[in-house]
Amino acid sequence: METLIVILVGILISIGTYLILSRQLLRIVLGSSIISHAVNLLIITSGGLKTGSPPLLGEKVASFTDAIPQALILTAIVINFAVTALVLVLCYRSYQNFGTDDMEQLRGNEHE
Amino acid sequence: MITFYIFIFLPFLFAFLVPFLYKYLNRQVHTGWFVLFVPLSIFIYLVEYIPAVASGATFEYTLSWIPSFGIDITSYMDGLSLLFGLLITGVGSLVIIYSIYYMSKVREALHNFYIYLLMFMGAMLGLVFSDHLLVLYGFWELTSVSSFLLIAYWYERKGSRQGALKALLITVLGGFGMLAGFIMLIMMGDTFSIREIIANMDAIQGHALFIPALLCILLGAFTKSAQFPFGIWLPDAMEAPTPVSSYLHSATMVKAGIYLVARMTPIFGGSAVWFWLVAGIGLVTLLYGSLTALRQTDLKALLAYSTISQLGLIMSLLGIGSLAVYFGPGETGTVFTVATFAAVFHLFNHSTFKGSLFMVVGIIDHETGRRDIRYLGGLMQVMPITFTIALIGGFSMAGLPPFNGFLSKEMFFAAVNDVSHAGIFGLNKIGMLFPIIAWVASIFTFVYCMIFIFKTFGGAYRPERLTREVHEAPLGMLISPIILGLLVILIFFFPNVLGEYILIPALTAILPGMPISGHDVKISAWHGLNTELIMTIGVVVIGLLLFRTARRWIQVMRNYPQGLTLNHFYNQGLSGMEKRSASLTDRYMTGSLRHYLIYIFSFFVLLLMSSLLLLHGIQIDFSNNAAISIYEVGLVIAMIIAAFTVLLASNRILAIVSLSVLGYMVSMFFVIFRAPDLALTQMVVETVTTVLFLLCFYHLPKMTKKIERIPFKLTNLVISVAVGLTVTLLALSANGHKLFEPITSFFENAYELAGAKNIVNAILVDFRGFDTMLEISVLTIAGLGVYILVHQRVKRRGQREIK
Repeated sequence: METLIVILVGILISIGTYLILSRQLLRIVLGSSIISHAVNLLIITSGGLKTGSPPLLGEKVASFTDAIPQALILTAIVINFAVTALVLVLCYRSYQNFGTDDMEQLRGNEHE
Repeated sequence: MITFYIFIFLPFLFAFLVPFLYKYLNRQVHTGWFVLFVPLSIFIYLVEYIPAVASGATFEYTLSWIPSFGIDITSYMDGLSLLFGLLITGVGSLVIIYSIYYMSKVREALHNFYIYLLMFMGAMLGLVFSDHLLVLYGFWELTSVSSFLLIAYWYERKGSRQGALKALLITVLGGFGMLAGFIMLIMMGDTFSIREIIANMDAIQGHALFIPALLCILLGAFTKSAQFPFGIWLPDAMEAPTPVSSYLHSATMVKAGIYLVARMTPIFGGSAVWFWLVAGIGLVTLLYGSLTALRQTDLKALLAYSTISQLGLIMSLLGIGSLAVYFGPGETGTVFTVATFAAVFHLFNHSTFKGSLFMVVGIIDHETGRRDIRYLGGLMQVMPITFTIALIGGFSMAGLPPFNGFLSKEMFFAAVNDVSHAGIFGLNKIGMLFPIIAWVASIFTFVYCMIFIFKTFGGAYRPERLTREVHEAPLGMLISPIILGLLVILIFFFPNVLGEYILIPALTAILPGMPISGHDVKISAWHGLNTELIMTIGVVVIGLLLFRTARRWIQVMRNYPQGLTLNHFYNQGLSGMEKRSASLTDRYMTGSLRHYLIYIFSFFVLLLMSSLLLLHGIQIDFSNNAAISIYEVGLVIAMIIAAFTVLLASNRILAIVSLSVLGYMVSMFFVIFRAPDLALTQMVVETVTTVLFLLCFYHLPKMTKKIERIPFKLTNLVISVAVGLTVTLLALSANGHKLFEPITSFFENAYELAGAKNIVNAILVDFRGFDTMLEISVLTIAGLGVYILVHQRVKRRGQREIK
């Protein structure tokens, strides 16, 4: 199961990277979203999969799944949401201001 | 103890008051009058220490600062630091009185000026009273920074800005060298304290780092004290207001290098490298400065080069005096102790006469509007008092009696004569160079002093060349140079009072191992007709001859090609470096986000792959894998399909919907992986994100794919596959290794520790509550950013908004 998920993660990261390297702003945002999904899966995999019951106390079970990756991912999901929202609005704003979403046309290297 | 620290830090504390004093009271009272209180009170406080220090006592105070790193502000007062403390506050008081009349209270930004000046004063006091090497270094750099600010005080002038930058670049470069030297010293002596290092000399002498530390520390001292070839910043620093030049760039800051060399003499003195570098560079600087001063037409530039030259003189005396450490107590040692004494004596004298001369130049500049000797002349008639002060200062610098410069110059001649037959360190071969260079440089010194005095004040008075009507300076402006001039004469007649109370304690601090009696270092004006006196007479005779014929040869010197000056090399080097680094940076900083991402991804792949391969980290272990059910395989395949749809979709809606499909399937995996909280959160967030995407996409252009060419796509493909492969390999290897036991078992006591039954929740809100709080602030910041971006006023298209 872990190997399967890791391969899935690899594929997702490849696709995300490809999208990030493209020229359109929207595709870059899509790419970063895919990468964040992949990373979340990677973190949960690193703790070992299906090793016990959900990390809820009070139920008479022998072992729990690792709770730390879950806590990390919970944070990551929320931060990802914030980042995605900000970047999306940034894209919107830069398109409004510059009239293009092509990264090659948006590039700038102005010296002081 | 606390009083001591209050006095030392008084300049910093008082600086906080200056803006208010300037704002509310400057109209009635010049801000300088309030600031004067600071150096004056510290001066009086320090004067009270003189009798105790003169009788051999030292004072030590410790203020704990960063105890965990062993950094305390250990203050230490001995004769040397007291001498500098008195100079800093004494000259400081006079300079502030002078500045009150020099700096217009209407036109100038006085609050800036006095804050910088106080900052400098505090830094300088901290420097000389600090025993902790790193604290000393901090104050050292602070003096460079405040000097930078003061040179650039008239920042609207180009020359000021350039001069300030030059001074900062050179002195801070030296400062870094010094820091490196200090660190080596700390490593060798295993302590931060200068005195403990001196007490533990056996561990340092013969250590492999001894010479590197020596060189690095000397770099700092030489750049600060404008020694050859680093002295080029000092003439450019003359762009500063004259009170600053007279305070920082002649009396105090440039002597910090001297202070450092004197402080380090017990550690490094006695080694041949130290002797040759300090004495040799000092002599070269003496000659270079005096020779270059002759060419100058700007009075301040002339004084700047003369300062360089005089600093070289003091430096070479310290170098010669360091032989006392080599010889140790005894007759020969005592001879060189006298050289060190001469260094301290001349240091004091130089502060008096050079300070007054700078103030004279400030007066001339202020009253005539000119500093160029080609326009000046005959000022003797209109400014008799200024002329008298210039005469006293100038003759003292030339080494004539009855002024203090004569005494220290004689002692300098005695020292170079003594060293020429010291017979060690190869001196028996080229030792004769010492008196010769010293003598020649003294002739040049004499000539430029005469030029300074008589080209300005002598000759015919030609008011038509000056821009304003000239009259004597106001009394307030004359007070400080008069006091300094009086000191010049008084020291000549009563040198041993100064010697006994201030100079001998300083000498004891520089050469702690030497028994010093007042008899050995008695200063007297008349020794009979000895070599030194004959040398002085020679200087005067040849100097007068040269001065009389100056018109013929000085023009030749002024024609010295600009292309061969040190300044030229500095400018070429600086602009060359700027150009080269700009072209190098332009080559990779293309402004394209994609290129930067390519750099990042390539480094990611290269670093991780090479370390995985080199360290044999690839180790794949399938044995611990959990079982796979058909249902999960289906999910994986669906996810891959969804991801590829996002990649290949040419329709925005399709891409966004596929992305949310992907997200929901991730939340299903969370369910399978026994993570109910994650599944719920992911579900909610995914829904909101999709809504956000749909809201935004309406405003974004359609997807196009035609713009991307084949090589472009190929690069992307190679990099993305490589990244994916690296991550896969890394994750598989990570699963294959179990280096540590998991720490989760700690959190499984969540109910006892935090009263929570949901472990994930307990981690977030209790164990790592702070992280969660910061996470919420990140959300808040992002929310604010979104709000501002949405509500920002839309400007017309084509108008650049972000600049």
